[in-house]
Amino acid sequence: MSKPLISVRGLTKVFGDFTAVNGINFDVAKGESFGLLGPNGAGKSTTMRILAATSTRTSGTVEILDKDPEKFGPLVRAHLGIVPQEDNLDGELTVTENLFIYGRYFGLPKKFIKAKIEELLEFAQLEEKRDVKVQALSGGMKRRLTIARGLVSEPDILLLDEPTTGLDPQARHILWDRLFRLKEQGVTLVLTTHFMDEAEQLCDRLVVMDKGAIMAEGSPQGLIKQYSSKEVLEVRFGSDRNKEVAPQLSQMCERMETLPDRLLMYTEDGEKLLEQIAAAKLHPTTSLVRRSSLEDVFLRLTGRTLIE
Amino acid sequence: MSAAVEVAEKKKSSAMYAGRPYVLLERGWLAFRSSTWIPVVTGFVEPVLFLLAFGYGMGNLVGDVTAGGTTIDYTLFIAPGLLANSAMNGAIYDSTWNVFWKLNESKLYKTMLSTPLGPLDIALGEISWALIRGLVYSLGFLTVVTVLGLTPSVWALLAIPAASLVAFGFASFGMAVTSYFKTYQQMGFINIILLPMTLFSGSLYPISVYPDWVEKIIMVLPLWHGIELVRAFWFGNITSGVLVHIAYFVAMIAAGLFVTSRRLRALFLR
Repeated sequence: MSKPLISVRGLTKVFGDFTAVNGINFDVAKGESFGLLGPNGAGKSTTMRILAATSTRTSGTVEILDKDPEKFGPLVRAHLGIVPQEDNLDGELTVTENLFIYGRYFGLPKKFIKAKIEELLEFAQLEEKRDVKVQALSGGMKRRLTIARGLVSEPDILLLDEPTTGLDPQARHILWDRLFRLKEQGVTLVLTTHFMDEAEQLCDRLVVMDKGAIMAEGSPQGLIKQYSSKEVLEVRFGSDRNKEVAPQLSQMCERMETLPDRLLMYTEDGEKLLEQIAAAKLHPTTSLVRRSSLEDVFLRLTGRTLIE
Repeated sequence: MSAAVEVAEKKKSSAMYAGRPYVLLERGWLAFRSSTWIPVVTGFVEPVLFLLAFGYGMGNLVGDVTAGGTTIDYTLFIAPGLLANSAMNGAIYDSTWNVFWKLNESKLYKTMLSTPLGPLDIALGEISWALIRGLVYSLGFLTVVTVLGLTPSVWALLAIPAASLVAFGFASFGMAVTSYFKTYQQMGFINIILLPMTLFSGSLYPISVYPDWVEKIIMVLPLWHGIELVRAFWFGNITSGVLVHIAYFVAMIAAGLFVTSRRLRALFLR
């Protein structure tokens, strides 16, 4: 295997008496799509800022293309495309001006950028908005432009912090499609998310983070296989009865999680389990059989749900 | 290797400086092209109004003024002082309110610092933009004054580089101070300082009218040095005192650049 593009060892970041990132390790290989999955406050964004060479670390080592971002900030940043969590497009400029001036920040020749802009407008599906001021764009358009902007410099690595947070479902799907294209073109993607469906769709490999630490690492499917059963049966008996029937139900499956509003029963065959429950004359008000997801992995690892 | 990386490896860039402050001017121009002209016009009109109101209004009452041993017409006396004021206004407008907006609201500098640009690129670029605005204001003012027939000699042309130095000093210092402000209320302090400085620094009358101790305070403030510097060139009255004024502004520029770039790093690269 060739040398990883990103190599992180024992990375720790302390703010005052709060440890945001606590000794994490991971590598990202060229062409890989790598995710940091975890709830808000898990330390994902802090880790991203350190990778982006815009934040210092308290201890540990970080190498991006063999360089320490703390010592070679501008050079490391020349390799990176950044898509931050908040929209930070230049509100005083139009769509094309935003792409143009961003390329100039990298010192790219005007001719190069002008040719690149055409390509990026097509990629971001913003050809018709080229001379519109960015304030007039919808949330989804702004996010696509931010990604296009991050690509002006033809980065080796694209860093995306919560790329679809705050977007409606349709805009999310368009964005996923665009990111999937980049992945197919071989762009190395590193993204943070607290949406397990996003992580499943986009990541070849991911780490599950909680309270500044990495809880598990693997491919989405690998993690599900390792930490969860094939299927999940979700049953509701109403908030009072859930607790009552829980001890009896937990005997019937491999593992059970009790959430405030429902019970999650982990099993290889959900339908069969549901029949057993019916046979025991317990009648849930609603029931649902589904495949295990990263949400279940997170619940197993931390005892909490991703979005609280 | 991508073009961006090639650029970065070719330039000997440090963590503070990528050697591209001029891209800030390009950005300033793009934004300026489509922005409203009203604040630009008011900034330019203000000293012209002062000149008309005081020069022709008060001037008729005051008559001639004796300053530094020579007696001159009052309107002629206040013109160079107002030119220094004009340069200061132009520089301050961009380096305080506009910088405050880009620091705290639009987060433009934060965005720039996620590219290979360094804090010193931003400080130098923004201060240069403010300097250009100061220069444009003073050129405009000089044109009006010349049309009114108030320029004493070709020496007055030298007042333009002098006014640029004044603009540069205020831009640099203004941005440094603004980088510490977090709220609009704090920004109000700038006006509290600027207005009395504008009124009392000797643009409208010689500061020799004050008691000794007031005069000493005024002589510590930058605008007085700016006015004296511009006035010296305006009348071609170059003495060794000019060097002190120049040194004052060079120090102001250096301190402002140093503080601003350090502060940007502390704010966005931590």
